[in-house]
Amino acid sequence: MSAVTLSINGQSHTLDVGPDMPLLWALRDKLNFTGTKYSCGIGVCGACTVLVNGVPMRSCTIPTVSMAGAEITTIEGLDPDGNHPVQKAWNAEDVPQCGYCQAGQVLTAAALLERNPEPTDEDIDAAMAGVLCRCGTYPRIRKAIKRAAREGGVS
Amino acid sequence: MKRRSFLKISLLTSGALLVGVGCMRKSVDQPTAGDAWIANLYVRINPDGTVAIVSKNPEAGQGVKTAFPMVVAECLDVDWNKVKVEQAPLDDRYGRQVVGGSRGTPDGWDDLRIAGTAARQVLVAAAAAEWGVAEDECTTASGVVLHAASSRELAYENLLEAAAGMPVPDPSDLKLKSRPEDFKLLGSFVPGVDNHKVLTGQPLFGCDVRLDGMLYAVFEKCPTFGGRVTSANVDEIRNLPGVTHAFVVEGTDNLEGLMPGVAIVAETWWDAQSARRKLRVEWDKPHADSTSDYKRQATALLESDGDTMRHDGDIDAAMQSANQVVEATYYYPFVSHANMEPQTCTALYRDDGTLELWAPSQNPRGGRQLISQTLGIPESDIHVNLERIGGGFGRRLRHDFMVEVAWIAKEIGRPVQLQWTREDDMRHDFYRPAAWHDFRAGIDSDGRMVAFDHHFVTFGRNGEPVSGAGLSPRHYPAGLVPNFRLRQSIIETNVPTGPWRAPGHSAYCWAYQSFFDEVALAAGRDQLEFRLDLLSHVYGEPPLDVERTSGTLRVAAEKAGWGSRKLGPNRAMGMAFHFDHGGFVSHVAEVVADGSSIKVEKVFSGVDIGPVINMSGAKNQVEGAVVDALSTAQLEITFADGAAQQGNFSDYPLLRIDQAPEVEVHFIQSDNSPSGLGEPPFAPATPAIANAIFAATGTRIRELPFRRAGINI
Repeated sequence: MSAVTLSINGQSHTLDVGPDMPLLWALRDKLNFTGTKYSCGIGVCGACTVLVNGVPMRSCTIPTVSMAGAEITTIEGLDPDGNHPVQKAWNAEDVPQCGYCQAGQVLTAAALLERNPEPTDEDIDAAMAGVLCRCGTYPRIRKAIKRAAREGGVS
Repeated sequence: MKRRSFLKISLLTSGALLVGVGCMRKSVDQPTAGDAWIANLYVRINPDGTVAIVSKNPEAGQGVKTAFPMVVAECLDVDWNKVKVEQAPLDDRYGRQVVGGSRGTPDGWDDLRIAGTAARQVLVAAAAAEWGVAEDECTTASGVVLHAASSRELAYENLLEAAAGMPVPDPSDLKLKSRPEDFKLLGSFVPGVDNHKVLTGQPLFGCDVRLDGMLYAVFEKCPTFGGRVTSANVDEIRNLPGVTHAFVVEGTDNLEGLMPGVAIVAETWWDAQSARRKLRVEWDKPHADSTSDYKRQATALLESDGDTMRHDGDIDAAMQSANQVVEATYYYPFVSHANMEPQTCTALYRDDGTLELWAPSQNPRGGRQLISQTLGIPESDIHVNLERIGGGFGRRLRHDFMVEVAWIAKEIGRPVQLQWTREDDMRHDFYRPAAWHDFRAGIDSDGRMVAFDHHFVTFGRNGEPVSGAGLSPRHYPAGLVPNFRLRQSIIETNVPTGPWRAPGHSAYCWAYQSFFDEVALAAGRDQLEFRLDLLSHVYGEPPLDVERTSGTLRVAAEKAGWGSRKLGPNRAMGMAFHFDHGGFVSHVAEVVADGSSIKVEKVFSGVDIGPVINMSGAKNQVEGAVVDALSTAQLEITFADGAAQQGNFSDYPLLRIDQAPEVEVHFIQSDNSPSGLGEPPFAPATPAIANAIFAATGTRIRELPFRRAGINI
């Protein structure tokens, strides 16, 4: 076990973790950030996506100890009031069905719009193809990303 | 109309007006007593003007938590955002508490309207009495009773006490809104009530439950279904970092109950799972079921006579006199539910012998019964809280994960959350069973299908189809052709099976509707005209409402431009109709082929479920079902040595966004009683797409997944 200090949603958290504990489980079981979800555990479904220095990454495969000094954004920190353009667009298009994968979808979309404010259909497909949804909300995800791009506000 | 519902209206000490809708029948906890009043629904109008519905059914993404308050708001005539849903726990005062069979909306429709309409009526009566005017001179709007002639108005919250003293309406006398043209709110696009929590990551799902001192558990079962533990190195496991408990669970023989295994409990889930990697278990494997052996058996059975389940007319004579006979065999594999949330449940066993669970369950009462039987705890000592379900699709109608965590909790006496891995989930599912359909159709000189002979080879145990493996002898085209025969043969299986989104239908609709395509083609007829003609002749009892079915087919075809729109090269359309779980759905799919690579561009859907309650939720179910159907058509679970061979999304890859079509949904609305929509749009999507692929490529897909025919999506 070793102490590591993480910066999560702008706040500093120090915790003891073993050398191989993935960030996902530090978030969920040590720090109670349960918004980040477990689904595949091998980095192929995207449900556990968090932003690391603004880049979408799979928290189920990142060692927690490697995250010292990084800025981590979880779904709880995107905008707690739900006023981020992606959150607003997601609600306006009523994307969620069961909702389990949506934290990963929303954070991935937020990162896409941050670097590409006017994505094409191909850009959206390329950026979002790594986040699976069994409920089949993909058509609405496309619409919501376009709405967020149109209605803007992403700095 | 005479309704079987009963109403209770009372004033609570808080000053709120409580409206209960229920029925008189035997209660679950006192079955020997006389009929008791069983609540289906409570609506509470609070002194602050808000309205709460106590929802007895859990939410799994099907949208009841949004649709139900919309119905009450419509009938009570309050602003939609004043109505909130409170999730009820499992409670014997309520009737059925199940998510399944697309039953939520049809079961709730009358009770919700009765509650809203009756509450509005007593509020109007109270205002009329206060003003000394006739009730029919009063109107309502946005939670206010109005008397236009005297320009007076009273908000509902100021009428609650008086309303509680008004005569309770007889539900049979209430005039309930039923026609879409009379609705103000219903039929509009309303985002889900839990969206904010979902989109800001607030605790909502079963795996979000956190209790003081809670531990985390994993449970290792034998890869071969039903295998028993002969030895396990639990003493070694117990000494690993973070591990608090490790023990063998003897389990039972019930494939749907507590299976044998090894439980590991630790301070964090990762500690438990890390320890599990060092677990060494010897298993006693009871069988070695395999996909290859199933196929050998099926090949032999397809040559046998099978058991005749239905025979109309004279199938042999009809085939002999037919102008043409078309034959084909269709096969689909086992598939997994693959909910995004792997099975999870949280439990606390207290010193007083009571057990509390936090369960994302589609059927919590069934789970409680199983736990009671397995652990010997009276049902009255088991309390079940209902958590939002991270994907149901029928998987959480089974209770294995509930009984496992209950057993572990009782063993350790501390709050514990069981979290299955993805591999646990995929390798210990209750799969949608595979089947073979051997079809022969006789076509007469007018190109009509006059004979349909069907040999269905399915899976069973002790000679009876297992869960999800049955086929009704009343299923179309029975009743649509004069000569019809259905024969059935059964392969014995040790694999657990269960309901999977539109059980049966979600698989065999593809076989029927693909074969109809072959028949129409052989008869030289247009696919739409052939199907409409098939639906226009009924022999005996119709298997479905042919008018409503045809209606959806016409709408989907018209919107797609079937037969009228000129399609470019390598582009084609295919269609299918279906009816299940009360809903009528037809799809027309449009695909573009680049060799054997297919892009499913767009699906046009014609849907008749009566009136639409929430346009957003309804369209979401159709869009999602189409995507899910295309996804599932690429997937299969195979077995070897009695175990599932796939374990994660790496070898069971769900569809990705770049493969997903656009879906254009058109509803035929009516005042028919509404049906649910979680299931009906799924089944016809697969064949509509497969038929379009044939039209574009000439490749007829007779085996799923699509890649068996060399087709890539």
